[in-house]
Amino acid sequence: MSDVTFSPADEADDPYAGVRDTTEGPVYTVTGQDWEDVVGAAAAGEERVVVNMGPQHPSTHGVLRLILELDGEIVTEARAGIGYLHTGIEKNLEYRNWTQGVTFVTRMDYAMPFHNEAAYVLGVERLLGITDDIPERANVIRVMTMELNRISSHLLCIATGGMEMGALTVMTAGFRDRERTLDLFELISGLRMNSAYIRPGGVAQDLPPGTVESVRDYLRWMWDHIGEIEAFCNENPIFKGRTVDIGYLDLAGCMALGITGPMLRSTGLPWDMRKSQPYCGYENYEFDVPTTDTCDAYGRYRVRVEEMKQSLKIIEQCLDRLRPGPVMVEDKKIAWPAQLAVGGDGMGNSLDHIRHIMGESMEALIHHFKLVTEGFRVPPGQVYTAVESPRGELGAHVVSEGGTRPWRVHFRDPSFNNLQAVPATCEGSMVADVIVAVASIDPVMGGCDR
Amino acid sequence: MTEKPEETPDETPEEESLPAEPEGPALPPAHPSRRGMFGTDGSGDTSGYGGLVVRDTSPTRGESTPRPWADEFEQLDDQVGSALESAGQSYDDAVEKVIVDRGQMTIYIKRERLADVVKVFRDDPALRFEMCSSVSGVHYPEEADRELHVSYQLLSITHNRRVALEVACPDADPHIPSVTATYPSANWHERETYDFFGVIFDDHPALTRIEMPDDWPGHPQRKDYPLGGIPVEYKGATIPPPNERRAYQ
Repeated sequence: MSDVTFSPADEADDPYAGVRDTTEGPVYTVTGQDWEDVVGAAAAGEERVVVNMGPQHPSTHGVLRLILELDGEIVTEARAGIGYLHTGIEKNLEYRNWTQGVTFVTRMDYAMPFHNEAAYVLGVERLLGITDDIPERANVIRVMTMELNRISSHLLCIATGGMEMGALTVMTAGFRDRERTLDLFELISGLRMNSAYIRPGGVAQDLPPGTVESVRDYLRWMWDHIGEIEAFCNENPIFKGRTVDIGYLDLAGCMALGITGPMLRSTGLPWDMRKSQPYCGYENYEFDVPTTDTCDAYGRYRVRVEEMKQSLKIIEQCLDRLRPGPVMVEDKKIAWPAQLAVGGDGMGNSLDHIRHIMGESMEALIHHFKLVTEGFRVPPGQVYTAVESPRGELGAHVVSEGGTRPWRVHFRDPSFNNLQAVPATCEGSMVADVIVAVASIDPVMGGCDR
Repeated sequence: MTEKPEETPDETPEEESLPAEPEGPALPPAHPSRRGMFGTDGSGDTSGYGGLVVRDTSPTRGESTPRPWADEFEQLDDQVGSALESAGQSYDDAVEKVIVDRGQMTIYIKRERLADVVKVFRDDPALRFEMCSSVSGVHYPEEADRELHVSYQLLSITHNRRVALEVACPDADPHIPSVTATYPSANWHERETYDFFGVIFDDHPALTRIEMPDDWPGHPQRKDYPLGGIPVEYKGATIPPPNERRAYQ
C-alpha cells in the first residue's frame, strides 16, 4: 500500500483533517494550505480518486452532494447524495388541518411556490369533489401566478447556470428580471416567496387594485429583456462551447429515468401536462410547447427561454380573461371565512369581517371559529394530481381518512426524480461539465428533500 | 396516607343502553379510531353523542368498485385482462381488486405478482405505461395484516392516461418486490419509501436510506413514529407542540 506521510500540524486539533485509513483506502481531507501534501499523496500512487463535491458547494444548487470518481479530469463514476435539506414537511402536514397544509407545501421547492400549492390544492379539491366549482376568476388567477412563477423559476435556472459557467452578466440580467417577477408576487399575495396564496377552494384573496396595470408593465418589460438574455447566450461561442453536447440524455434515457419537463422536451417530445392533461382551465389558453432535439444542456436552455415567452403569452390571455367575480368556492363549509385586508399593523382580517362576526352575527362567529380552528373534513379516499411545474411533473398523492387533517400527503417532486439522471449525464465527461450538466437538470434541493 | 380502594373499570352500561343495530343490509364496519360526534378525544363529552359510531366508508378498504365505471376505465380494465392473459398470467391471480373513485383508477395487485405485472403494464402495446411517476407509501396501522401500502403512479404517454397500482403488505413481513428492473426511475422512490416506512423492496440494487441519515433509527412516516416538538412559550402562554394539541378526527 502507499507509504505516504501526510500529517498537517493541526491534525491533533481537528480529527477530520489529515489522513485516515479506511476500508476504502486512505481518505484525505483537504483543509487549505495543504496543497503540496495533497499533490504529494496523489503522486504517490493511488489511482482511484473519489472527490466529494458538496454538499456545501456554490455550484451544486443548494446542498446537493456529488460523489465523483475521477481519472485525471475525467469523471468515471458519479453519484448524487441527497437528504441534506429534508425538513419533514410531509410528516408535518399530518398534524395540521387541510388549509394549513398550504403554508407548508409552499416551502418545499422554494423556486416554484405556486406550483407546490397548486398540486396540493388540486388534490384536496378532487377529494372534496369541488374541482368544477372553483370560480373562473380563481382559476385565471391561479394560471397567471403559476405562469409568472414559471418565468421566475426559469430565470433563476438560467441565471445561476450562467454564473457557474462564468457568464456573470447573464446572472445579473436574470436576477434583475426575476426580481420584477417577485415584485408582482409581493403585490398579489403579500409575499415574495412562500406565499401560501392558492388555497383549497380558490385563492387567499382577490387581486389588489392596480394589479392588471402592473402585470401589463411587466409583460412589456419582459418581452424586451428576454431578448437580452438570448442575445448574450444563443450564439455565444463560449456559451455554446460549454453547453452543446454536454449533459446528453436522449428520449430512451428520459423514459427509463422518468424524466419530465424541459429535459424531456429537449429530446423532441412535446409532453406537457398543461396540454395533455389540462387543469385549472389550461385548455382555454393558446400556447405552444417548445422543443429542441439536441438532448443536451444547450437545448434545455433554449427550451426554457422559449417557455418563458409562451408563459408571457398565457399571462396576456389571463389578463384578458379576468372578469369580476368571487375567488373562493361558494360552499361556506369549505371557503375560508375571513376576508383579508392591509391595516395599520400589516395584513389581517378586514375590519368589515371583524365587525360582522363580533358585532352582528353570533352564527358567523361560531362558523368562523369552527372553520379556522377545526377546519373542514375531507371524505376518505386517495387521489394523485399532477401539474406541469417548471422542472417537470410535480405530483401530489393525497390520502384522506375522513378527518380534518391529511392522513398522508406525498409529493412526487421533479427535482428528486430528475437527479437520478446525474450518473447518466455526467459519467465520462470532464469535472467542469458536471457543473453544467447538473445546472441543466435544474434541481432545487428544497423540493428534492422536502 | 389513605390507600385508594381499587376501582373496577366501568365497562358495560354504555354498550347495553345503546339501541340494537338496525335491520337491513350490512353496515360497513365501525371505523376503529372514530367514536362520538365531534371527533375530539380526551375532553369530557357531555353532549350525549359520545356513543355514536362512525362507519368506515373509505373506498380504499372496500371491495372492488362495482361496474359500470367510466368507459375509459372499463376499457383499461379489459385491456389489462387480455394483456395479462397474453403474457401467460391470470388476471384473477394478479389483481386483488379495482377501485374507481373520483375519476381515478387504482388496481390492487397481489404483492408476489407485482414484478411480473408491471412488466406487462410497460410492454403491452395496449397498455404502454412507459413511466412510473411516483412510488409512495401509506401506513394504515388499523388494517390488520395490511398495514403498509405502497402505491405506484404509472403514466402512459402513448395513450395519455394514468393508472395507480397499489400493493399491501403486513407490518410483520414488510417485503414487496422491487419494480426497478422494469422502471429504473423507481430506484430513488423505493429508497424513499423504505426510508420513511420500512418497506423492504426485494431485489432493489441498493436499498439504503436516502433522506434520513444512514444511522437513523426508525421510519419517520409511520403513524407510530412521533412528530416530536417542544412547547413554545409566548408572552406567558404555553403552546404545546403540534402533536399534543387538540385534534379533531
